Amino acid sequence: MADFDVPVLKEYPVIPVIQPGSMAHLSPYKSKPDHNTGIGFPGELVDDWHDKAVAKIGDMVKNSRALQVFLDICVKCGACTDKCHYFLGTGDPKNMPVARQDLLRKVYRRHYTFAGKFFGALGIPGFVGAADLTKEVLDDWYTYFHQCSQCRRCSVFCPYGIDTAEISMAAREIMDTIGIGSKYNNEIIVKAHKIGNNLGLPEPALVNTMEGLEEDVKDETGIDVKFPVDVKGADVLLITPSADFFAEPHIDGLIGYAKVFHQAGISWTLSSYASEAANFSMFIGSGDNLKKQAMRIRDAAMDLGVKRIVSGECGHAWRVAYSFWNTLIGPFDFLDPNYPVPQHICELTHDLIARGALKIDKEANDHRIITFHDSCNVSRASRMGNTPGGQFTIPRDIIKSVANNFHDMAPETIHENTFCCGGGGGLLTDDLVELRVKGAMPRMEALKHVIDDHGVNYLTAICAICKSQFAKVLPYYDHPMDMIGSLHQLVSTAIQLGDKE
Amino acid sequence: MSSVTMLYAFLLYAAFAVLLIGVLRKIIIYARTPQPLKIPTTPAPVTKAGVVWRIAKEVTVFESLFKASKWTWIFGWIFHLSLLLAFFRHLRYALSPESFLWPIINLEIVQSFGKYAGFAMVVGLLGLIGRRIFVDRVRYITSPSDHFMLLLIIGIAITGLLMSFVERIDVIMLKSFLLSLVYFDWNNIQAMPTDTILMVHLGLVITLMFIFPISKLLHAPGIFFSPTRNQVDNPREQRHVQGWTADDSATSKPV
Repeated sequence: MADFDVPVLKEYPVIPVIQPGSMAHLSPYKSKPDHNTGIGFPGELVDDWHDKAVAKIGDMVKNSRALQVFLDICVKCGACTDKCHYFLGTGDPKNMPVARQDLLRKVYRRHYTFAGKFFGALGIPGFVGAADLTKEVLDDWYTYFHQCSQCRRCSVFCPYGIDTAEISMAAREIMDTIGIGSKYNNEIIVKAHKIGNNLGLPEPALVNTMEGLEEDVKDETGIDVKFPVDVKGADVLLITPSADFFAEPHIDGLIGYAKVFHQAGISWTLSSYASEAANFSMFIGSGDNLKKQAMRIRDAAMDLGVKRIVSGECGHAWRVAYSFWNTLIGPFDFLDPNYPVPQHICELTHDLIARGALKIDKEANDHRIITFHDSCNVSRASRMGNTPGGQFTIPRDIIKSVANNFHDMAPETIHENTFCCGGGGGLLTDDLVELRVKGAMPRMEALKHVIDDHGVNYLTAICAICKSQFAKVLPYYDHPMDMIGSLHQLVSTAIQLGDKE
Repeated sequence: MSSVTMLYAFLLYAAFAVLLIGVLRKIIIYARTPQPLKIPTTPAPVTKAGVVWRIAKEVTVFESLFKASKWTWIFGWIFHLSLLLAFFRHLRYALSPESFLWPIINLEIVQSFGKYAGFAMVVGLLGLIGRRIFVDRVRYITSPSDHFMLLLIIGIAITGLLMSFVERIDVIMLKSFLLSLVYFDWNNIQAMPTDTILMVHLGLVITLMFIFPISKLLHAPGIFFSPTRNQVDNPREQRHVQGWTADDSATSKPV
């Protein structure tokens, strides 16, 4: 099945012995010049890349307290060294968070600290962990900053909260600035700028697809559940990852949202102009593109005259929405102040269930034995509800309200300790399958235990990337590919539409 | 005034100036550098008071490190606690008898435990250095300077212990020397005891002070500025703009 060794799942987690260079061979395809210029970067590696990159580091630390502090204060204590799923799955020491950070930090130290300059002048920069930016270092940057899914697990355990995601975003921004980008990310951002979603799906196709879904649901339930597009004056603008329109198992989640809106009597609409919740500009650390992508959503909300914005199931998109939207495209004074902006679809469904506004038949899900995968960006970079940790309780509350059989995975692998699916952070591309499979190992191991102990047959996720990634990697570990599903697919199964009125 | 006294007086002033100015400069840089986006590691406190509590736990009991690695935590925590006790105990050499800090310095815990803290400090430091040598992952990320700093502090601790338990020095004389520096009594700087062990001890301390603001030892002030720890989790309730997000916060017009 694979031209690499799939990790063996163990009874207990084992920290691997370091294997230097074991993942040095794997990096994603580089972007074509069009994709770089399309998002404001040079098409190809510029001649004075060394000086430009070094200058960019100096510029960035002046404009990001996180970067400035994180590059200065790491004491190399090693607390993070066994926390990254990519290290656990590959044993490559450059996948240890601190070692990954050091790829950038050593160049920062060489050029922007007294110690690095002093020992550099003496010819021994390595004494203080500094190094010159050589072509080899640049290659290492490209390779290993594209083996980080920006999941922030390391930042939970760092005594100073150093977040490798910030460093890897910065490094990708520096590389883009000198003309090196990853094809997967940059090509998608160009599409999102041009058409409004990552798939490059134009308005007629979106409308057509939604009409198809209306027919499907009508055939199945006999009910006219609407999937509206560009409806002016709707109450809710739904911003959801475009994978929800097409991909399996995502689409069953979208059907779930539509049924919830239908039964609650909430008028809603998609926007063909802002038909994407994902914002891959975060993955490449580009503030300008991040804002430009997000701005489509503000514009669409104003244009359609909606009162609320609800976000579909997507991890990094929820981070961007929850943590960054108000900053980037706020204030939202033109929306109804009685609702949080943005509101997560799980918050909305949770409220409706709590108010008894949905008619639920829990037994409809009795064939499923369910576990829940906490997505990184939801768990460690955002919140749901009014209290810290609501992002853990709200999805689980929903599952327990719509189904009878639920079992959590081991505590050290859920909530803020959750392991990345292995495909986040702009790595969900076929050129990185080996990394994705190996990086999924810790999650697969925890999953195997609940399969063995409880017969779990349904892995719930609330992230488009997680869903696609699991569909891809589950078979490598001999788990059924179709055991991954949306949370709102469970809601969709349990919700009783017909006899409500 | 002997040349030894003059040399140490000069070095102590210089080291103190470098430490103070260097760390202050960094603190000002950290405080002034904008943090354009909200990036607290969640679950995070939703109030300012909650953030104070979160950081208080980090700096007193090393909460995150405890979650990460019990060995690193126990060695690191023993070392830092010993350092704190030793620091308070040393204040008696540099404070006048009228100082308001005397009640703290005279505490039984500072004087008795502080005396033995040096041993705990060495134990903690040896544990930390042991990890750098024996754990392959930590060995991989260790630079010579990481060992150097640990050895430097071990040297300070051992020479300190030797003066407490083996080769006592004239602490009355030391105190009058240091007080004359503290009070800038430059016309009347008192002579420093010239025991070799004291000169080594102070020499190492001076080296540490010079290194502090240009090294990873900046983690001490830095942790208070770490956005993943010091930001309040309230992006929906309160609009956050800073740096580039404030520069062009004017949002676009409707399409």
